[in-house]
Amino acid sequence: MTRLNLLLAGLLVVCALGLVTSQHRARRYFVELEHAQSQARQLDVHWEQLLLEQSGLAKASLIDAKARRGLSMQPISPERTLHLSVESSPEKTAMGAGR
Amino acid sequence: MSRAVPFATNRLLDVKLPAVRSRIVMLLMAIAFIALAGRAIWLQLMTRDFLQKQGESRYGRTIELPASRGKVLDRNGLVLASSLPASAVWAVPEDVKATPEQLARLAKLLEMPEAELRRRVSADSDKTFVYLKRQVESDLAARVEALAIPGIHLRKEYKRHYPEGETLAHVVGFTNVEDVGQEGIELAQEKALAGRLGSRRVIRDRLGRIIEDVGILREPQDGHDLQLAIDSKVQYHAFAALRDAVREHRAKAGAVVVIDVRTGEVLALANLPTYNPNQRGQLSGAQLRNRVITDTFEPGSTMKPITLALALDRGVVTPQTVVNTAPGRLTIGSATIGDAHTYGALTVEQVLQKSSNVGTAKVALSMSPQRMWEMFTAVGFGQAPSMGFPGAVAGRVRPYKNWRPIEQATMSYGHGISVSLVQLARAYTIFARDGDMVPLSMVKAGAPAPGVPVIAPRTAQAVRKMLEMAAGPGGTAPKAQVAGYRVAGKTGTAYKQEGGHYVKRYIASFVGFAPVSDPRIVVAVMIDEPSAGKHYGGEVAAPVFSQIVGNSLRALRVAPDAPLSTQVIPDEPVEESL
Repeated sequence: MTRLNLLLAGLLVVCALGLVTSQHRARRYFVELEHAQSQARQLDVHWEQLLLEQSGLAKASLIDAKARRGLSMQPISPERTLHLSVESSPEKTAMGAGR
Repeated sequence: MSRAVPFATNRLLDVKLPAVRSRIVMLLMAIAFIALAGRAIWLQLMTRDFLQKQGESRYGRTIELPASRGKVLDRNGLVLASSLPASAVWAVPEDVKATPEQLARLAKLLEMPEAELRRRVSADSDKTFVYLKRQVESDLAARVEALAIPGIHLRKEYKRHYPEGETLAHVVGFTNVEDVGQEGIELAQEKALAGRLGSRRVIRDRLGRIIEDVGILREPQDGHDLQLAIDSKVQYHAFAALRDAVREHRAKAGAVVVIDVRTGEVLALANLPTYNPNQRGQLSGAQLRNRVITDTFEPGSTMKPITLALALDRGVVTPQTVVNTAPGRLTIGSATIGDAHTYGALTVEQVLQKSSNVGTAKVALSMSPQRMWEMFTAVGFGQAPSMGFPGAVAGRVRPYKNWRPIEQATMSYGHGISVSLVQLARAYTIFARDGDMVPLSMVKAGAPAPGVPVIAPRTAQAVRKMLEMAAGPGGTAPKAQVAGYRVAGKTGTAYKQEGGHYVKRYIASFVGFAPVSDPRIVVAVMIDEPSAGKHYGGEVAAPVFSQIVGNSLRALRVAPDAPLSTQVIPDEPVEESL
């Protein structure tokens, strides 16, 4: 009877310690998960930031200004346009003819 | 228990104690146990809920789960509006303990005068909570946090960014500091864009780390992204052309709208004066006004094609019917209307090409007021267009029952009736689309909606030809021509009304579409009070149209449908009748 009691008591202690470690582990993993999730959120925000930046840099008004000032480009005008067509007849390719 | 308890065998200790004493001890202990049991019952049964709540509040926390507001995108996926995390810097004046040097650095970071900051955080202020600055960008917020001044705190919030800035201000609108839509699409689509905060219950350990999830109280819901019909490139071309024209003609304001003929989508919508939605320091009503949608004006001659289309559709006239416009004026009752020049006999085609008031009025007077009213209503005048945008106005078309003949005559060429620019542009889709109309849409549409027929396809084709003549060398707007594309359209020049009287200030407009062989876009331009000498629609608004059409069709990759060398701009264009 006493031996059985001792055995059961020992078993109880082992189980209790197991519970403590598994709870501890669960909490540790949970903290890690939280950390990873917040990192994911940060990366999301960064992605949004980059999209915004891309839109800002690709906006037509900026490209237009850079092309005009930085590269001294000019808008195409009909006088300086050469149109090529497949059934190329002399009337359709006009250069320097328009007003 | 009658016997005394023997304590020991030692005789010295062999004192006989009375039995009653041990009984008293037993009784006291029993009372103590009963008290303990009572206490246990009290804690377990009577005050359990309260105690559990108290306990949980010591380690449990409800945390907010953020939900971001949806992005606004253009039709090609470029971001037009997006929310990024930012911080609000706030203070509890009583708790603020800062050295003068710290305050100086904080003032510099927040870009506010040091005296102002000092006043706000001074302890004798009766407030317990003050915002120092809202919507501070996150890198700046990190530097504020690094100062670690007691009593100064940060709160997370969102800041909306608008990369296109003033170009698209009136379409996209803006949100307030709480990220709630105030203007434009941000307001119109608030429900779809707004996210819903979630919350969950967690347990924290002594280091403040979250160690257990008790449960989600409410799932957060991110706002939906919204894809507009706007094409950023077309928008830029429209805005740039309008800006240049408003500057050149020293105009008070201007507006442009570009509509996709096939789907009814709004490809571009620009207004001047405008504002930068990222920096809204001082905003005036004039800057905020979306003139395309919320302003009505007397359209003037741009109304003529509608009147003539009705006459053609009803078989009252054919394009070749001759109308005598001599002597260039027409008296109805006590009033007289006139043309800028005397043209004599004109065909209906030429009436539109030369923009003759007398010719149009004569054709109009051969129809009943009810028919005209029905036509105006059918093309959408007098009703607010349902395009999912706040503040759309209906304009004014008076009931036909009390039209006097002179009013019917002036309405036929666009006076005594008021419309918005977007209504006008939409009305012209019947000519660009073989006689039917589709609803307008600010958001990118999936499949094009079925059209509602207004006039016969044959009539639409006839008017299209007339409008091409009007935008050609013999018409009122040769400057609307575009190299490489056939264009059609009509000018409008009208006096402005102030307090019920016409004043000598003008609204110049042009509405047209291109390419004529297979129309793709309708463009409507309105310039308010051009005051640099020129004021005719053909001189002021038509060149804007030309520039927008040329650039937009190239941006939309539409193949040219005209030879390039035939553009003729006469020195003296046909002057428009007012």
